[in-house]
Amino acid sequence: MSVELILFFVFAAIAVAGALLLIILREPIHSALALILVMISLATLYLLLGAEFIAAIQVIVYAGAIMVLFVFVIMLLNAGEEERTNLSRLARYVGLPLGILLTLQLAYWIGQSLAGHAAAPLAGTTRGLATMLLRGYVLPFELTSILILIAILGAMVLAKKEF
Amino acid sequence: MVPVSYYVVLSAILFGLGVVAFVFKRNIITIFMAIELMLNAVNLAFVAFSRMLGQLDGQVFVLFVIVVAAAEAAVGLAIVIQIVRNRQTLNVERVDLLKF
Repeated sequence: MSVELILFFVFAAIAVAGALLLIILREPIHSALALILVMISLATLYLLLGAEFIAAIQVIVYAGAIMVLFVFVIMLLNAGEEERTNLSRLARYVGLPLGILLTLQLAYWIGQSLAGHAAAPLAGTTRGLATMLLRGYVLPFELTSILILIAILGAMVLAKKEF
Repeated sequence: MVPVSYYVVLSAILFGLGVVAFVFKRNIITIFMAIELMLNAVNLAFVAFSRMLGQLDGQVFVLFVIVVAAAEAAVGLAIVIQIVRNRQTLNVERVDLLKF
């Protein structure tokens, strides 16, 4: 086994374990930390895929900014342990098998249909990404700034005291 | 060299776990985190396909997905704060005004 394959399996296992912990743990703050674990391990997988810029953005924006927002809101609302309520029977007896079935089916069929595809070599992805972003995709790129502006305004209006 | 299908299978597993978390968690903030998990799984599939095809379009899409996720988290958490202010609960089962 090559080093790359070993690294892949280690970080894939960490990511899946983090996702399972997100489901199992009952305190929202613990779930948030598990999700950060998933995001960091995904960032290393992006590095293995040769996407250095995406890996950096994943750590800075996702694990940094978005999750800090989540943790901030959890602290602000003083969110304690999740209430242990009776799940609706529909969720327990239909939802869980269907969820597991969806996971296995997706994994199986995607794995089947892609088996044997080799990865094309990518070189200098950050430079290429910048060129694409500011040439071919310049309109969507600029529109995201408007989207962010609207989101900031929306969040401020929604979180205002007298709504 | 890791086959691309491994990455996509991992992405499918993470997406499925995100769906399960979305269905089973009762806390509204944790449900938001499940959505973020699903978005992350989709991002991994985008980057893996971008690598497989040798084109960078997938990585550009990942940037846009991250931007939309940030906007969604900001607005969504503001809505959560408003819900807690009005109902004093984080349990989605107690937010049932429109429930039949």
